[in-house]
Amino acid sequence: MAEPLLQVRNLETYYGPIVAIRGVSLDVHAGQIVTVLGANGAGKTTILKTISGVMDPQKGTVLFEGRPIQKMNPDKVMRLGISHVPEGREVFPFLTVQENLAMGAFIRHDRAGIARDTDMVCDYFPRLRERFKQPAGWLSGGEQQMLAISRALMARPKVMLLDEPSLGLSPLLVKEIFEIVLRVNREQKTTILLVEQNANVALNVADFGYVIEVGRIVMEDTGPRLLEKDDIKEFYLGLKEQSARGGRRWKKRKTWR
Amino acid sequence: MPRRHTERITSPAATTVGRITTTGRRLPGEGGLTEVLQLLVNGLAAGCIYGLIALGFVLIYKATEMVNFAQGDLLMLGAFAAYTYIGLFGLPYWLGFILAVLSMAIFGFTLDAVVLRRVIGQPQFAVVILTIGLGFIFRSAATLIWGPDIRTLGTPFSNSISQFGPIVIPDVNLSIIGGTLAISGVMYGFFRYTKLGVAMQAASQNQLAAYYMGIPVRLVFSLIWAISAGVATVAGILLAPVSLIDPSTGFIAIRAFSAAVLGGFTSLPGAVLGGLIIGVIEQFSALYLDEGFKDVAAPVVALIVLAVYPQGLLGQRQRKRV
Repeated sequence: MAEPLLQVRNLETYYGPIVAIRGVSLDVHAGQIVTVLGANGAGKTTILKTISGVMDPQKGTVLFEGRPIQKMNPDKVMRLGISHVPEGREVFPFLTVQENLAMGAFIRHDRAGIARDTDMVCDYFPRLRERFKQPAGWLSGGEQQMLAISRALMARPKVMLLDEPSLGLSPLLVKEIFEIVLRVNREQKTTILLVEQNANVALNVADFGYVIEVGRIVMEDTGPRLLEKDDIKEFYLGLKEQSARGGRRWKKRKTWR
Repeated sequence: MPRRHTERITSPAATTVGRITTTGRRLPGEGGLTEVLQLLVNGLAAGCIYGLIALGFVLIYKATEMVNFAQGDLLMLGAFAAYTYIGLFGLPYWLGFILAVLSMAIFGFTLDAVVLRRVIGQPQFAVVILTIGLGFIFRSAATLIWGPDIRTLGTPFSNSISQFGPIVIPDVNLSIIGGTLAISGVMYGFFRYTKLGVAMQAASQNQLAAYYMGIPVRLVFSLIWAISAGVATVAGILLAPVSLIDPSTGFIAIRAFSAAVLGGFTSLPGAVLGGLIIGVIEQFSALYLDEGFKDVAAPVVALIVLAVYPQGLLGQRQRKRV
Protein backbone atom coordinates (compact mmCIF):
# COMPACT_ATOMS: atom_id res chain seq x y z
CA MET A 1 0.00 0.00 0.00
CA ALA A 2 1.08 3.55 -0.63
CA GLU A 3 2.36 5.80 2.11
CA PRO A 4 -0.45 6.74 4.52
CA LEU A 5 -1.98 10.17 3.97
CA LEU A 6 -1.87 10.90 7.69
CA GLN A 7 0.63 9.28 10.03
CA VAL A 8 0.71 9.77 13.76
CA ARG A 9 3.90 8.57 15.41
CA ASN A 10 4.44 8.11 19.17
CA LEU A 11 2.32 11.11 20.04
CA GLU A 12 2.34 12.28 23.65
CA THR A 13 0.11 15.17 24.69
CA TYR A 14 -0.46 16.65 28.14
CA TYR A 15 -3.09 18.82 29.73
CA GLY A 16 -0.77 20.68 32.05
CA PRO A 17 0.85 17.95 34.13
CA ILE A 18 -1.76 15.36 33.20
CA VAL A 19 -0.88 13.04 30.38
CA ALA A 20 -3.78 12.59 27.97
CA ILE A 21 -2.23 10.39 25.30
CA ARG A 22 0.92 8.39 25.81
CA GLY A 23 2.67 7.29 22.68
CA VAL A 24 -0.13 6.86 20.17
CA SER A 25 0.70 5.81 16.60
CA LEU A 26 -1.84 5.40 13.87
CA ASP A 27 -2.08 5.48 10.07
CA VAL A 28 -4.84 6.83 7.90
CA HIS A 29 -4.66 5.85 4.24
CA ALA A 30 -6.20 7.99 1.55
CA GLY A 31 -9.83 7.20 0.89
CA GLN A 32 -10.32 5.23 4.09
CA ILE A 33 -12.59 5.71 7.05
CA VAL A 34 -10.49 5.04 10.12
CA THR A 35 -12.08 5.00 13.54
CA VAL A 36 -10.63 5.43 17.01
CA LEU A 37 -12.78 3.84 19.70
CA GLY A 38 -12.55 4.40 23.40
CA ALA A 39 -14.41 5.30 26.54
CA ASN A 40 -14.70 8.77 28.09
CA GLY A 41 -11.32 10.23 28.90
CA ALA A 42 -9.39 7.68 26.87
CA GLY A 43 -7.77 10.48 24.88
CA LYS A 44 -9.69 10.28 21.61
CA THR A 45 -10.50 13.98 21.36
CA THR A 46 -6.95 14.88 22.34
CA ILE A 47 -5.61 12.93 19.36
CA LEU A 48 -7.81 14.93 16.99
CA LYS A 49 -6.98 18.22 18.68
CA THR A 50 -3.28 17.47 18.43
CA ILE A 51 -3.60 16.65 14.73
CA SER A 52 -5.54 19.80 13.95
CA GLY A 53 -3.08 21.94 15.89
CA VAL A 54 -5.28 23.19 18.71
CA MET A 55 -3.02 21.34 21.14
CA ASP A 56 0.72 20.87 20.85
CA PRO A 57 2.24 17.46 21.55
CA GLN A 58 5.15 17.06 23.96
CA LYS A 59 6.64 14.28 21.87
CA GLY A 60 6.02 12.55 18.62
CA THR A 61 5.16 13.60 15.10
CA VAL A 62 2.14 14.02 12.89
CA LEU A 63 2.90 13.63 9.20
CA PHE A 64 0.40 14.79 6.60
CA GLU A 65 1.32 13.89 3.01
CA GLY A 66 4.77 13.17 4.35
CA ARG A 67 5.42 16.53 6.01
CA PRO A 68 5.37 17.18 9.74
CA ILE A 69 2.43 19.29 10.89
CA GLN A 70 2.60 18.94 14.67
CA LYS A 71 2.76 22.31 16.49
CA MET A 72 1.45 24.07 13.39
CA ASN A 73 -1.30 26.69 13.93
CA PRO A 74 -4.81 25.32 13.40
CA ASP A 75 -5.59 27.67 10.53
CA LYS A 76 -2.44 26.52 8.68
CA VAL A 77 -3.31 22.86 9.20
CA MET A 78 -6.75 23.61 7.86
CA ARG A 79 -5.31 25.20 4.76
CA LEU A 80 -3.30 22.02 4.09
CA GLY A 81 -6.57 20.11 3.80
CA ILE A 82 -7.54 18.84 7.25
CA SER A 83 -11.00 19.86 8.47
CA HIS A 84 -12.02 19.26 12.06
CA VAL A 85 -15.63 18.68 13.10
CA PRO A 86 -15.29 19.32 16.83
CA GLU A 87 -17.04 17.48 19.61
CA GLY A 88 -20.30 19.20 20.50
CA ARG A 89 -20.70 20.69 16.97
CA GLU A 90 -19.48 24.21 17.86
CA VAL A 91 -21.53 25.96 15.20
CA PHE A 92 -21.66 29.77 15.14
CA PRO A 93 -24.99 30.23 16.95
CA PHE A 94 -25.92 33.71 15.73
CA LEU A 95 -24.89 33.19 12.12
CA THR A 96 -27.37 31.67 9.71
CA VAL A 97 -26.90 28.21 8.27
CA GLN A 98 -25.84 29.87 5.05
CA GLU A 99 -23.25 32.03 6.81
CA ASN A 100 -21.95 29.04 8.76
CA LEU A 101 -21.38 27.21 5.50
CA ALA A 102 -19.72 30.28 4.01
CA MET A 103 -17.34 30.32 6.99
CA GLY A 104 -16.50 26.70 6.28
CA ALA A 105 -15.30 27.89 2.89
CA PHE A 106 -13.39 30.82 4.41
CA ILE A 107 -10.06 29.74 2.92
CA ARG A 108 -11.50 29.34 -0.58
CA HIS A 109 -11.96 32.05 -3.17
CA ASP A 110 -13.69 30.24 -6.06
CA ARG A 111 -17.25 31.56 -5.88
CA ALA A 112 -18.64 29.07 -8.37
CA GLY A 113 -17.06 26.13 -6.56
CA ILE A 114 -18.35 27.35 -3.19
CA ALA A 115 -21.87 27.69 -4.59
CA ARG A 116 -21.64 24.18 -6.03
CA ASP A 117 -20.46 22.73 -2.74
CA THR A 118 -23.18 24.57 -0.82
CA ASP A 119 -25.67 22.82 -3.10
CA MET A 120 -23.85 19.54 -2.59
CA VAL A 121 -24.01 19.59 1.21
CA CYS A 122 -27.64 20.65 1.07
CA ASP A 123 -28.30 17.63 -1.12
CA TYR A 124 -26.66 15.43 1.47
CA PHE A 125 -28.59 17.10 4.30
CA PRO A 126 -31.83 18.48 2.82
CA ARG A 127 -32.86 19.79 6.23
CA LEU A 128 -30.13 22.40 6.05
CA ARG A 129 -31.74 23.80 2.92
CA GLU A 130 -35.03 24.18 4.81
CA ARG A 131 -33.25 26.08 7.57
CA PHE A 132 -30.92 27.98 5.27
CA LYS A 133 -31.68 31.50 6.53
CA GLN A 134 -32.13 30.63 10.21
CA PRO A 135 -29.52 31.21 12.90
CA ALA A 136 -27.66 28.00 13.63
CA GLY A 137 -28.46 28.35 17.33
CA TRP A 138 -32.10 27.61 16.51
CA LEU A 139 -31.35 24.22 14.99
CA SER A 140 -31.85 20.96 16.84
CA GLY A 141 -28.83 18.98 17.99
CA GLY A 142 -29.00 16.65 15.00
CA GLU A 143 -29.32 19.51 12.56
CA GLN A 144 -26.37 21.25 14.20
CA GLN A 145 -24.31 18.10 13.75
CA MET A 146 -25.30 18.01 10.08
CA LEU A 147 -24.31 21.65 9.79
CA ALA A 148 -20.97 21.04 11.51
CA ILE A 149 -20.14 18.21 9.09
CA SER A 150 -21.30 20.24 6.09
CA ARG A 151 -19.31 23.26 7.25
CA ALA A 152 -16.17 21.13 7.41
CA LEU A 153 -16.88 19.71 3.94
CA MET A 154 -17.15 23.23 2.52
CA ALA A 155 -13.37 23.51 2.76
CA ARG A 156 -13.04 20.53 0.38
CA PRO A 157 -10.76 18.76 2.86
CA LYS A 158 -8.55 15.83 2.03
CA VAL A 159 -9.05 14.53 5.55
CA MET A 160 -12.03 15.18 7.78
CA LEU A 161 -11.60 14.67 11.52
CA LEU A 162 -14.96 13.73 13.00
CA ASP A 163 -15.26 13.93 16.78
CA GLU A 164 -18.17 11.92 18.20
CA PRO A 165 -20.88 12.83 15.73
CA SER A 166 -23.29 10.51 17.54
CA LEU A 167 -23.05 12.43 20.81
CA GLY A 168 -26.49 13.09 22.25
CA LEU A 169 -28.42 12.10 19.13
CA SER A 170 -31.22 9.59 18.73
CA PRO A 171 -30.25 6.21 17.22
CA LEU A 172 -32.26 7.02 14.12
CA LEU A 173 -30.43 10.30 13.55
CA VAL A 174 -27.10 8.62 14.22
CA LYS A 175 -27.90 6.06 11.54
CA GLU A 176 -28.90 8.80 9.10
CA ILE A 177 -25.75 10.81 9.73
CA PHE A 178 -23.44 7.82 9.43
CA GLU A 179 -25.03 6.78 6.15
CA ILE A 180 -24.19 10.20 4.80
CA VAL A 181 -20.67 10.11 6.22
CA LEU A 182 -20.19 6.87 4.32
CA ARG A 183 -21.61 8.41 1.14
CA VAL A 184 -19.34 11.43 1.47
CA ASN A 185 -16.38 9.11 1.85
CA ARG A 186 -17.32 7.10 -1.24
CA GLU A 187 -18.55 9.93 -3.47
CA GLN A 188 -16.20 12.77 -2.52
CA LYS A 189 -13.20 10.55 -1.78
CA THR A 190 -12.85 12.33 1.54
CA THR A 191 -10.64 10.46 3.95
CA ILE A 192 -12.20 10.34 7.40
CA LEU A 193 -10.72 9.89 10.84
CA LEU A 194 -13.65 9.19 13.11
CA VAL A 195 -13.55 9.18 16.89
CA GLU A 196 -16.44 7.41 18.58
CA GLN A 197 -17.78 5.80 21.71
CA ASN A 198 -20.52 4.16 19.74
CA ALA A 199 -18.50 1.20 18.49
CA ASN A 200 -21.35 -0.43 16.67
CA VAL A 201 -22.08 2.35 14.19
CA ALA A 202 -18.42 3.34 13.90
CA LEU A 203 -17.14 -0.14 13.05
CA ASN A 204 -19.92 -0.67 10.56
CA VAL A 205 -18.65 2.19 8.39
CA ALA A 206 -14.92 1.99 9.18
CA ASP A 207 -12.28 0.31 7.04
CA PHE A 208 -9.88 0.21 9.94
CA GLY A 209 -10.19 0.73 13.66
CA TYR A 210 -8.06 1.44 16.70
CA VAL A 211 -9.14 0.91 20.29
CA ILE A 212 -7.65 3.30 22.80
CA GLU A 213 -7.64 2.97 26.57
CA VAL A 214 -6.21 5.54 28.97
CA GLY A 215 -4.08 7.14 26.31
CA ARG A 216 -2.71 3.98 24.68
CA ILE A 217 -3.74 1.99 21.65
CA VAL A 218 -4.60 -1.49 22.87
CA MET A 219 -6.02 -3.04 19.72
CA GLU A 220 -6.02 -2.37 16.00
CA ASP A 221 -7.56 -4.21 13.08
CA THR A 222 -9.90 -3.85 10.14
CA GLY A 223 -13.44 -2.79 10.96
CA PRO A 224 -15.16 -6.12 10.27
CA ARG A 225 -12.56 -8.09 12.19
CA LEU A 226 -12.77 -5.80 15.21
CA LEU A 227 -16.50 -6.33 15.21
CA GLU A 228 -15.86 -10.04 15.64
CA LYS A 229 -13.47 -9.73 18.59
CA ASP A 230 -14.80 -10.90 21.91
CA ASP A 231 -13.50 -7.95 23.91
CA ILE A 232 -15.08 -5.49 21.55
CA LYS A 233 -18.35 -7.37 21.64
CA GLU A 234 -18.30 -7.46 25.37
CA PHE A 235 -17.08 -4.03 26.32
CA TYR A 236 -18.14 -1.83 23.44
CA LEU A 237 -21.13 -3.55 21.93
CA GLY A 238 -22.55 -4.97 25.12
CA LEU A 239 -23.02 -8.34 23.52
CA LYS A 240 -21.96 -11.56 25.14
CA GLU A 241 -22.73 -15.16 24.67
CA GLN A 242 -25.21 -16.24 27.28
CA SER A 243 -23.42 -19.47 28.02
CA ALA A 244 -20.07 -18.23 29.27
CA ARG A 245 -20.85 -16.52 32.55
CA GLY A 246 -24.56 -16.80 32.51
CA GLY A 247 -26.75 -14.14 33.99
CA ARG A 248 -23.94 -12.02 35.40
CA ARG A 249 -22.97 -10.40 32.13
CA TRP A 250 -24.20 -6.96 33.15
CA LYS A 251 -21.52 -6.72 35.79
CA LYS A 252 -18.80 -6.92 33.17
CA ARG A 253 -20.27 -4.36 30.87
CA LYS A 254 -18.17 -1.23 30.61
CA THR A 255 -20.39 0.97 28.51
CA TRP A 256 -24.09 1.28 28.07
CA ARG A 257 -24.08 0.73 24.39
CA MET B 1 -39.39 65.65 45.29
CA PRO B 2 -43.07 64.70 45.03
CA ARG B 3 -43.91 68.03 46.60
CA ARG B 4 -42.27 69.98 43.88
CA HIS B 5 -43.84 67.79 41.30
CA THR B 6 -47.40 68.48 42.39
CA GLU B 7 -46.61 72.14 42.77
CA ARG B 8 -45.63 72.22 39.21
CA ILE B 9 -48.80 70.70 38.00
CA THR B 10 -51.01 72.92 40.07
CA SER B 11 -49.32 76.25 39.58
CA PRO B 12 -46.62 76.28 36.98
CA ALA B 13 -46.16 80.04 37.15
CA ALA B 14 -45.51 80.06 40.88
CA THR B 15 -42.78 77.47 40.70
CA THR B 16 -40.86 79.09 37.90
CA VAL B 17 -40.78 82.41 39.66
CA GLY B 18 -38.77 81.23 42.60
CA ARG B 19 -36.17 79.55 40.45
CA ILE B 20 -32.98 80.78 39.02
CA THR B 21 -33.90 81.25 35.43
CA THR B 22 -30.34 81.14 34.15
CA THR B 23 -30.12 77.39 34.64
CA GLY B 24 -32.56 77.12 31.81
CA ARG B 25 -34.96 74.95 33.73
CA ARG B 26 -38.40 75.02 32.29
CA LEU B 27 -41.59 73.13 32.31
CA PRO B 28 -42.56 70.53 29.74
CA GLY B 29 -44.70 72.09 27.09
CA GLU B 30 -43.91 75.63 28.09
CA GLY B 31 -41.92 76.21 24.94
CA GLY B 32 -44.40 74.27 22.89
CA LEU B 33 -43.83 71.52 20.41
CA THR B 34 -40.98 73.40 18.79
CA GLU B 35 -38.96 73.30 21.94
CA VAL B 36 -39.58 69.61 22.42
CA LEU B 37 -38.49 68.89 18.85
CA GLN B 38 -35.48 71.11 19.26
CA LEU B 39 -34.45 69.24 22.38
CA LEU B 40 -35.08 65.94 20.67
CA VAL B 41 -32.75 66.79 17.80
CA ASN B 42 -30.05 68.07 20.16
CA GLY B 43 -30.47 64.95 22.26
CA LEU B 44 -30.19 62.72 19.21
CA ALA B 45 -26.98 64.49 18.22
CA ALA B 46 -25.47 63.98 21.66
CA GLY B 47 -26.81 60.44 21.65
CA CYS B 48 -25.11 59.72 18.34
CA ILE B 49 -21.74 60.49 19.92
CA TYR B 50 -22.54 58.18 22.84
CA GLY B 51 -23.71 55.60 20.35
CA LEU B 52 -20.47 55.73 18.37
CA ILE B 53 -18.36 55.36 21.51
CA ALA B 54 -20.63 52.56 22.72
CA LEU B 55 -20.14 50.83 19.36
CA GLY B 56 -16.43 50.72 20.11
CA PHE B 57 -17.05 49.19 23.56
CA VAL B 58 -19.38 46.57 22.13
CA LEU B 59 -17.20 45.64 19.17
CA ILE B 60 -14.23 44.90 21.39
CA TYR B 61 -16.26 43.24 24.11
CA LYS B 62 -18.05 40.92 21.74
CA ALA B 63 -14.88 39.82 20.05
CA THR B 64 -12.41 39.55 22.89
CA GLU B 65 -14.54 39.78 26.04
CA MET B 66 -12.45 42.73 27.13
CA VAL B 67 -14.00 45.94 28.40
CA ASN B 68 -11.88 48.68 26.94
CA PHE B 69 -11.86 51.50 29.46
CA ALA B 70 -9.50 53.45 27.22
CA GLN B 71 -12.16 53.80 24.54
CA GLY B 72 -12.79 57.46 25.41
CA ASP B 73 -9.09 58.18 25.31
CA LEU B 74 -8.90 56.68 21.83
CA LEU B 75 -11.58 59.23 20.93
CA MET B 76 -9.46 61.97 22.47
CA LEU B 77 -6.33 60.84 20.61
CA GLY B 78 -8.35 60.68 17.39
CA ALA B 79 -9.54 64.24 17.87
CA PHE B 80 -5.97 65.37 18.51
CA ALA B 81 -4.80 63.50 15.42
CA ALA B 82 -7.38 65.37 13.35
CA TYR B 83 -6.32 68.63 15.02
CA THR B 84 -2.71 67.89 14.07
CA TYR B 85 -3.52 67.18 10.43
CA ILE B 86 -6.08 69.94 9.96
CA GLY B 87 -5.15 72.59 12.49
CA LEU B 88 -1.37 72.27 12.54
CA PHE B 89 -0.47 70.91 9.09
CA GLY B 90 -3.24 72.88 7.41
CA LEU B 91 -4.61 69.96 5.40
CA PRO B 92 -8.16 70.17 4.03
CA TYR B 93 -10.83 69.02 6.47
CA TRP B 94 -11.85 65.83 4.68
CA LEU B 95 -8.29 64.75 3.93
CA GLY B 96 -7.37 65.35 7.56
CA PHE B 97 -10.49 63.45 8.64
CA ILE B 98 -9.56 60.39 6.59
CA LEU B 99 -5.89 60.52 7.59
CA ALA B 100 -6.81 60.78 11.28
CA VAL B 101 -9.17 57.80 11.07
CA LEU B 102 -6.56 55.75 9.21
CA SER B 103 -3.76 56.66 11.63
CA MET B 104 -5.91 55.76 14.61
CA ALA B 105 -7.00 52.49 12.99
CA ILE B 106 -3.35 51.57 12.57
CA PHE B 107 -2.74 52.65 16.15
CA GLY B 108 -5.61 50.45 17.38
CA PHE B 109 -4.35 47.50 15.37
CA THR B 110 -0.83 47.87 16.76
CA LEU B 111 -2.14 48.36 20.28
CA ASP B 112 -3.88 45.01 20.11
CA ALA B 113 -1.10 43.19 18.31
CA VAL B 114 1.59 44.41 20.71
CA VAL B 115 -0.12 44.91 24.06
CA LEU B 116 -3.64 43.60 24.44
CA ARG B 117 -3.23 40.24 22.74
CA ARG B 118 -1.10 39.24 25.70
CA VAL B 119 -3.90 39.54 28.22
CA ILE B 120 -6.51 37.54 26.30
CA GLY B 121 -7.56 34.73 28.59
CA GLN B 122 -6.15 36.42 31.68
CA PRO B 123 -8.49 37.25 34.55
CA GLN B 124 -10.93 40.04 33.79
CA PHE B 125 -9.46 42.42 36.39
CA ALA B 126 -6.06 42.29 34.69
CA VAL B 127 -7.71 43.48 31.49
CA VAL B 128 -9.65 46.18 33.32
CA ILE B 129 -6.57 47.54 35.04
CA LEU B 130 -4.57 47.36 31.83
CA THR B 131 -7.09 49.37 29.82
CA ILE B 132 -7.57 51.89 32.63
CA GLY B 133 -3.78 52.22 32.77
CA LEU B 134 -3.63 52.69 29.01
CA GLY B 135 -6.17 55.50 29.39
CA PHE B 136 -3.86 57.26 31.85
CA ILE B 137 -0.91 56.78 29.50
CA PHE B 138 -2.85 58.20 26.56
CA ARG B 139 -3.96 61.25 28.53
CA SER B 140 -0.43 61.92 29.76
CA ALA B 141 0.99 61.41 26.29
CA ALA B 142 -1.56 63.82 24.85
CA THR B 143 -0.65 66.41 27.47
CA LEU B 144 3.05 65.97 26.69
CA ILE B 145 2.60 66.17 22.93
CA TRP B 146 -0.15 68.75 22.52
CA GLY B 147 -0.06 70.48 25.89
CA PRO B 148 -2.89 70.85 28.37
CA ASP B 149 -4.59 73.71 26.52
CA ILE B 150 -7.98 73.47 24.94
CA ARG B 151 -7.83 73.27 21.16
CA THR B 152 -10.46 74.01 18.60
CA LEU B 153 -10.94 72.31 15.30
CA GLY B 154 -12.30 74.33 12.42
CA THR B 155 -14.84 72.35 10.44
CA PRO B 156 -17.06 73.13 7.46
CA PHE B 157 -20.02 72.86 9.85
CA SER B 158 -18.85 75.21 12.59
CA ASN B 159 -20.80 78.42 13.18
CA SER B 160 -23.59 77.72 10.76
CA ILE B 161 -27.16 76.65 11.34
CA SER B 162 -29.96 75.11 9.37
CA GLN B 163 -33.59 75.94 9.84
CA PHE B 164 -36.33 73.36 9.43
CA GLY B 165 -39.56 75.23 9.93
CA PRO B 166 -39.43 76.55 13.46
CA ILE B 167 -36.57 74.26 14.49
CA VAL B 168 -33.07 75.60 14.35
CA ILE B 169 -30.32 73.04 14.25
CA PRO B 170 -26.61 73.81 14.31
CA ASP B 171 -24.95 72.20 11.32
CA VAL B 172 -22.49 70.59 13.68
CA ASN B 173 -25.34 68.53 15.12
CA LEU B 174 -26.48 67.61 11.64
CA SER B 175 -22.97 66.45 10.81
CA ILE B 176 -22.94 64.30 13.94
CA ILE B 177 -26.27 62.68 13.09
CA GLY B 178 -25.32 62.24 9.44
CA GLY B 179 -21.92 60.82 10.32
CA THR B 180 -23.45 58.35 12.77
CA LEU B 181 -26.02 57.22 10.19
CA ALA B 182 -23.22 56.70 7.68
CA ILE B 183 -21.06 54.75 10.12
CA SER B 184 -23.99 52.59 11.21
CA GLY B 185 -24.84 51.85 7.59
CA VAL B 186 -21.28 50.96 6.70
CA MET B 187 -20.93 48.75 9.77
CA TYR B 188 -24.22 46.98 9.06
CA GLY B 189 -23.21 46.28 5.48
CA PHE B 190 -19.74 45.22 6.47
CA PHE B 191 -20.79 42.77 9.19
CA ARG B 192 -23.73 41.46 7.24
CA TYR B 193 -22.49 41.08 3.71
CA THR B 194 -18.71 40.89 3.57
CA LYS B 195 -16.78 37.71 4.16
CA LEU B 196 -14.40 39.41 6.57
CA GLY B 197 -17.30 40.94 8.49
CA VAL B 198 -19.05 37.60 8.88
CA ALA B 199 -15.72 36.04 9.87
CA MET B 200 -15.40 38.70 12.59
CA GLN B 201 -18.82 37.72 13.90
CA ALA B 202 -17.85 34.08 13.72
CA ALA B 203 -14.63 34.68 15.63
CA SER B 204 -16.60 36.54 18.32
CA GLN B 205 -19.17 33.79 18.65
CA ASN B 206 -16.91 30.78 18.77
CA GLN B 207 -13.21 31.36 18.76
CA LEU B 208 -12.21 27.71 18.62
CA ALA B 209 -14.53 26.92 15.73
CA ALA B 210 -13.22 29.99 13.93
CA TYR B 211 -9.72 28.53 14.19
CA TYR B 212 -11.04 25.27 12.75
CA MET B 213 -12.43 27.20 9.78
CA GLY B 214 -9.00 28.61 9.02
CA ILE B 215 -9.97 32.12 10.13
CA PRO B 216 -6.83 33.94 11.36
CA VAL B 217 -8.47 34.81 14.68
CA ARG B 218 -5.67 36.97 16.07
CA LEU B 219 -5.51 39.09 12.95
CA VAL B 220 -9.29 39.43 13.05
CA PHE B 221 -9.18 40.64 16.65
CA SER B 222 -6.54 43.22 15.81
CA LEU B 223 -8.70 44.40 12.92
CA ILE B 224 -11.62 44.76 15.30
CA TRP B 225 -9.45 47.00 17.48
CA ALA B 226 -8.58 48.97 14.37
CA ILE B 227 -12.26 49.46 13.52
CA SER B 228 -13.04 50.35 17.10
CA ALA B 229 -10.30 52.99 17.21
CA GLY B 230 -11.42 54.30 13.83
CA VAL B 231 -15.02 54.68 14.98
CA ALA B 232 -13.83 56.41 18.16
CA THR B 233 -11.86 58.82 15.99
CA VAL B 234 -14.91 59.62 13.87
CA ALA B 235 -16.80 60.33 17.08
CA GLY B 236 -13.93 62.50 18.34
CA ILE B 237 -13.78 64.57 15.16
CA LEU B 238 -17.54 65.01 14.98
CA LEU B 239 -17.59 66.00 18.63
CA ALA B 240 -14.62 68.38 18.37
CA PRO B 241 -16.53 71.53 17.27
CA VAL B 242 -19.01 71.03 20.13
CA SER B 243 -16.88 70.05 23.09
CA LEU B 244 -13.44 71.28 21.95
CA ILE B 245 -10.35 69.14 22.34
CA ASP B 246 -8.26 68.66 25.44
CA PRO B 247 -6.68 65.63 27.08
CA SER B 248 -9.73 65.01 29.26
CA THR B 249 -12.21 64.95 26.37
CA GLY B 250 -12.33 61.19 26.67
CA PHE B 251 -14.22 61.20 29.94
CA ILE B 252 -17.41 61.44 27.90
CA ALA B 253 -16.98 57.69 27.43
CA ILE B 254 -18.23 57.08 30.96
CA ARG B 255 -21.69 58.16 29.86
CA ALA B 256 -21.36 56.18 26.65
CA PHE B 257 -20.63 53.17 28.83
CA SER B 258 -24.13 53.26 30.28
CA ALA B 259 -25.39 53.51 26.69
CA ALA B 260 -23.57 50.30 25.83
CA VAL B 261 -24.92 48.57 28.93
CA LEU B 262 -28.43 49.81 28.18
CA GLY B 263 -28.22 48.37 24.69
CA GLY B 264 -27.13 45.00 26.00
CA PHE B 265 -23.36 45.27 25.57
CA THR B 266 -23.40 42.60 22.88
CA SER B 267 -25.49 44.31 20.26
CA LEU B 268 -24.20 46.89 17.81
CA PRO B 269 -27.66 48.32 17.02
CA GLY B 270 -28.32 48.20 20.76
CA ALA B 271 -25.26 50.37 21.39
CA VAL B 272 -26.49 53.06 19.02
CA LEU B 273 -30.03 52.83 20.37
CA GLY B 274 -28.75 53.03 23.95
CA GLY B 275 -26.68 56.07 23.00
CA LEU B 276 -29.66 57.83 21.48
CA ILE B 277 -31.83 57.12 24.51
CA ILE B 278 -29.20 58.42 26.92
CA GLY B 279 -28.60 61.51 24.80
CA VAL B 280 -32.27 62.42 24.60
CA ILE B 281 -32.86 61.79 28.29
CA GLU B 282 -29.93 64.03 29.18
CA GLN B 283 -31.24 66.89 27.09
CA PHE B 284 -34.73 66.74 28.49
CA SER B 285 -33.65 66.27 32.08
CA ALA B 286 -31.24 69.20 31.81
CA LEU B 287 -34.03 71.51 30.83
CA TYR B 288 -36.99 70.19 32.76
CA LEU B 289 -35.45 68.79 35.94
CA ASP B 290 -33.40 70.41 38.64
CA GLU B 291 -29.79 71.08 38.16
CA GLY B 292 -27.68 68.00 38.68
CA PHE B 293 -30.25 65.67 37.25
CA LYS B 294 -28.66 65.89 33.82
CA ASP B 295 -25.82 63.65 34.88
CA VAL B 296 -27.90 61.31 36.98
CA ALA B 297 -30.97 60.81 34.83
CA ALA B 298 -29.34 58.64 32.19
CA PRO B 299 -27.70 56.13 34.55
CA VAL B 300 -30.92 55.96 36.56
CA VAL B 301 -32.91 55.13 33.46
CA ALA B 302 -30.28 52.57 32.48
CA LEU B 303 -30.58 50.98 35.93
CA ILE B 304 -34.36 50.79 35.70
CA VAL B 305 -34.27 49.30 32.21
CA LEU B 306 -31.70 46.73 33.31
CA ALA B 307 -33.83 45.78 36.30
CA VAL B 308 -36.65 44.97 33.89
CA TYR B 309 -34.56 43.58 31.00
CA PRO B 310 -31.33 42.23 32.51
CA GLN B 311 -30.10 41.45 28.98
CA GLY B 312 -30.30 45.08 27.99
CA LEU B 313 -32.60 46.32 25.25
CA LEU B 314 -31.18 44.32 22.36
CA GLY B 315 -28.81 41.96 24.15
CA GLN B 316 -28.34 38.58 22.57
CA ARG B 317 -29.78 35.72 24.50
CA GLN B 318 -27.64 32.69 24.14
CA ARG B 319 -29.80 29.93 22.78
CA LYS B 320 -27.89 26.73 22.75
CA ARG B 321 -29.31 23.32 22.31
CA VAL B 322 -27.50 20.15 23.10
